[in-house]
Amino acid sequence: MTSVAEIFKTMEYGPAPESDAEARAWLAKHGGKFGQFINGAWTKPGSTFEVFDPSTTDVLAKVTQGTSKDVDAAVAAARKAQRSWGKLSGHQRAKHLYALARMVQKHARLFAVVESMDNGKSIRETRDLDIPLVARHFYHHAGWAQLFEQEFAGYGPVGVVGQIIPWNFPLLMLAWKVAPALAAGNTVVLKPAEFTPLSALLFAELAHDAGLPPGVLNIITGDGKTGAALVEHKDVDKIAFTGSTEVGKIIRRATAGSGKKLSLELGGKSPFIVYEDADLDAVVEGVVDAIWFNQGQVCCAGSRLLVQEGIHDRLIEKLRARMETLRVGKPLDKAVDMGAIVAPEQLERITALVKQGADEGATLWQPSWSVPKKGCFYPPTLFTNVEPSSTIAQVEIFGPVLVAMTFRTPEESVALANNTPYGLAASVWSENINLALDIAPKLKAGVVWINATNLFDAAAGFGGYRESGFGREGGREGMYEYCLKRNGERGTVKGAATSSPKRAVASAVQPSPFISEIDRTPKLFIGGKQARPDSGYSRIVVNPKGQRIGEVGDGNRKDLRNAVEAAHAAVKGWSKSTGHLRAQILYYIGENLSARGEEFAARLRAQTGAMAAQAKAEVEASVARLFSYAAWADKWDGAVHNVPIRGVALQMNEPIGVVAVAAPNEAPLLGFISTVAPLIATGNAVVVVPSEPHPLSATDLYTVLESSDLPAGVINIVTGAKDVLAKTLAEHDDVEGIWYWGSREGVKAVELASAHNMKRTWCHADAIAWADVTEGEGREFLREATQVKNIWIPYGE
Amino acid sequence: MSASDLPRNPGGPLDLDVVRAIRVNKSAAERRSATIPTRRTVKKQWQAAWLLKAITLMDLTTLSGDDTASNVKRLCAKARRPLRDDLVDALGVADLHVTVGAVCVYHQWVATAVEALEGSGIPVAAVSTGFPAGLSPFKQRVEEIHESVKAGAKEIDIVITRRHVLTGDWQALYDEVKAFREACGDAHLKAILATGELATLTNVARASWVAMQAGADFIKTSTGKEGTNATLPFSLVMTRQIREYERATGYKVGYKPAGGIRTAKQALEYLMLMKEELGNRWLQPDLFRFGASSLLTDIERQLEHHVTGRYAAAHRHPMP
Repeated sequence: MTSVAEIFKTMEYGPAPESDAEARAWLAKHGGKFGQFINGAWTKPGSTFEVFDPSTTDVLAKVTQGTSKDVDAAVAAARKAQRSWGKLSGHQRAKHLYALARMVQKHARLFAVVESMDNGKSIRETRDLDIPLVARHFYHHAGWAQLFEQEFAGYGPVGVVGQIIPWNFPLLMLAWKVAPALAAGNTVVLKPAEFTPLSALLFAELAHDAGLPPGVLNIITGDGKTGAALVEHKDVDKIAFTGSTEVGKIIRRATAGSGKKLSLELGGKSPFIVYEDADLDAVVEGVVDAIWFNQGQVCCAGSRLLVQEGIHDRLIEKLRARMETLRVGKPLDKAVDMGAIVAPEQLERITALVKQGADEGATLWQPSWSVPKKGCFYPPTLFTNVEPSSTIAQVEIFGPVLVAMTFRTPEESVALANNTPYGLAASVWSENINLALDIAPKLKAGVVWINATNLFDAAAGFGGYRESGFGREGGREGMYEYCLKRNGERGTVKGAATSSPKRAVASAVQPSPFISEIDRTPKLFIGGKQARPDSGYSRIVVNPKGQRIGEVGDGNRKDLRNAVEAAHAAVKGWSKSTGHLRAQILYYIGENLSARGEEFAARLRAQTGAMAAQAKAEVEASVARLFSYAAWADKWDGAVHNVPIRGVALQMNEPIGVVAVAAPNEAPLLGFISTVAPLIATGNAVVVVPSEPHPLSATDLYTVLESSDLPAGVINIVTGAKDVLAKTLAEHDDVEGIWYWGSREGVKAVELASAHNMKRTWCHADAIAWADVTEGEGREFLREATQVKNIWIPYGE
Repeated sequence: MSASDLPRNPGGPLDLDVVRAIRVNKSAAERRSATIPTRRTVKKQWQAAWLLKAITLMDLTTLSGDDTASNVKRLCAKARRPLRDDLVDALGVADLHVTVGAVCVYHQWVATAVEALEGSGIPVAAVSTGFPAGLSPFKQRVEEIHESVKAGAKEIDIVITRRHVLTGDWQALYDEVKAFREACGDAHLKAILATGELATLTNVARASWVAMQAGADFIKTSTGKEGTNATLPFSLVMTRQIREYERATGYKVGYKPAGGIRTAKQALEYLMLMKEELGNRWLQPDLFRFGASSLLTDIERQLEHHVTGRYAAAHRHPMP
């Protein structure tokens, strides 16, 4: 035994183990073997797999490999429970969520130890970060349950939610998913990660003891096959997934056209940007918290260090010195900075990527000390001389590996930061508030931390841009992921005239009985100009009697390519323009449309056979809708979230960028305006495929738009075969979102094709009552037109 | 500091560009400070050894208006024998001859303390230069140093003029500390920055740098009389400046947090901060001291608990 006198001389840290006795007693109580937790009870263990302690590779427990029968049983239990759970008052659900928060706090240390043993993360992190945040999430969402009827008036639960969570923050990810779902009145079937199922099982058991009704929360353990069964289950109304972008895309494709609501929180390669005036010692600790937190197995880890050239060498020197003092060791030791990597597979992946990085010529640096030989340990690792083209600069390593690159100017830092398919988080370090607040909005990321990193709270939404997924977790914005707007009449069409979209064949079309006007052959509207369709073909437009009433251009993929390019050119300025300016332009469009109201009404009648009053009403409703979104343009405010720091978390509602719209076939004018106006009011540029059978209302708008000061390229219109064009737009990797109204097949095709770049999709096979203002306009449209960025700004001097 | 093998910091010319470039992000400093005690801990014999170390790093202090010869002498006796013999034996550390780092008093009691500590090797530190506000006439402040050195003080804890920091008059601060250092002669100078009165962490960092440039042997947080005394964030900022200074000049400067450090747990937190930010070399009395009066009693109680397994009572340990 080391003596006091010896330690007095060396002043080393000794071992400081947290006891695992209680956790092992809990495992023993279950005989080290778990079934599924369905409908408030354990099933008999079926075919099992082993769960390991990654720091020792010893088996901790055996858990059941979930079968499709297990999933069926869990979904059925959830469905049954939802009928009563969804009918509870908000206050009654709040009491349950409050009880869950208290339950977590009462058993905080047991959760912390189980989590540390199962995942390999340090007890310091589970004790001080994971578990307190879990409790915080249930408290916060007890509040949303309490306020649900007032604050989400007109909304109800989605139903049965399938949730699939990752292994890096097992219980915290459960809380992020379960708390909002239950608060809104949904019931849950949750599949924890194969590597780390134990804390979810413990949670389910204790939640049941805390009075949560049977079937409200069901836990199914298993591997990817179990997850797939849940995703594909017919009676699941929503899937929420956190995990890799690769699996997220599989889920997007698997649910395409199913009508399931979907939220995905995926991977990242988040930039950590350091400007020359930053507090470098603060930066160093920031890096520690960014990439050596949870062994770097963090989706939002600041894994790309971008350093202004002049301070690069000094910062790297400081970082290396700091890396020497990090401690890696047993996860249950209270004095380690890093524990174990979750599993041998992950360790191999990290090792292979690091080798590849070195092979590709980057400079590898690791501290002089070595990590424990037994168990899955990996040392903190820093690469310098990395180029954006290096594999390790592009690929999410999901390990304690940082890659450093330099930049010359703030502009270049933004370009490098955004040079990735991902967009989860970013960290900005500067003592100059002007610089920091200029950079934050330019970053493609759902969360930006100024002079900080990895700050999380239930009151601020978390989630990605681009291929880091969509949907938010936390805050009001997160609650909407678990709500559906209650449109009583959704699925029926009212207020607007329609006719079946019959593709007209020239020879079958009767000629118009007389020519009343000079021929008007609308072209396409691209980049503010009327452009001939690339195909050189036209489409015949007929009235309900089958008579020819005009022709429009038959747009093709090249026209769409051009339109998307024009939209990108326009969106740069348009997204930065003031809400006031966008409002003025929307009002002006309304004014000019109103002035030509009779002509537009006549065109509606000619296309759809609508009665005069009906046609007039649609034009008037269209003008009113333009006014509504003009009104909203400077009122779609963000928020300042009440997060527990000295500082603010600014919620900014940012435009998605270039959004494609396949407008509804019915309500040829109002449907067009109702979908395009909210998008441009919020700063997006659009490429619109108008009503396929009745495109002339849209083409008549060209001259209205031209006379309304709308910058070229903000609205681009390509007429043609809707589903063909929509699919091309969905496949376009530089289109960032797509709204679609049409057939079920069309919805599926669009959602499938959108998976490749993780477009935000808003697809509808059911018609909306466009004339109804509660259904056809408002906040839901604005939310879909924007994505939330939360900018965390700790302050204090 | 007699045992030190380190060259003294000679100071150097003031570089205002360097001073003005120093920026401290407060929120980040607070986050780091908050996690030093949660990222590290010492248990069992490691804790005992660290607490024993803390005793040797202590400037056992009395700075009260009602000090008299009797309580100063009592303090000096405690400084020689800070720990009960039975505990020293039980810990197996008799060979270490543990004493406190120094005894710290007002000038009035320097001679008394020097006499009481004779033969122990324990230096006497005097607070000086118009302590605690530092607003006496400059000549008198310099003279005070001369008198204390003459009376046998080996260490002089000077206070700076806070005004110089608050108005950004770094040259004046530099000149003042430099003059004090010259007045100290062979006695070591500890520059008390009165961090609780400097408004910002950036000011604390800049003042630390200027004091070191002017030749301070130690930089010290507080007099114990400000509204806010030693804190981990102040300590983090000051130790980082010490690290920068060593990198720039090669000289190691000592650090002394003072005021409000009363518990063994706090003492361990400061030791961990020193080890993490500056390394083990700063866990020796020539580079680190606590300014404390009641800390020792709590450490004694914790060491007794370590030895006996029973929670200890203060009245069972000889009072300082």
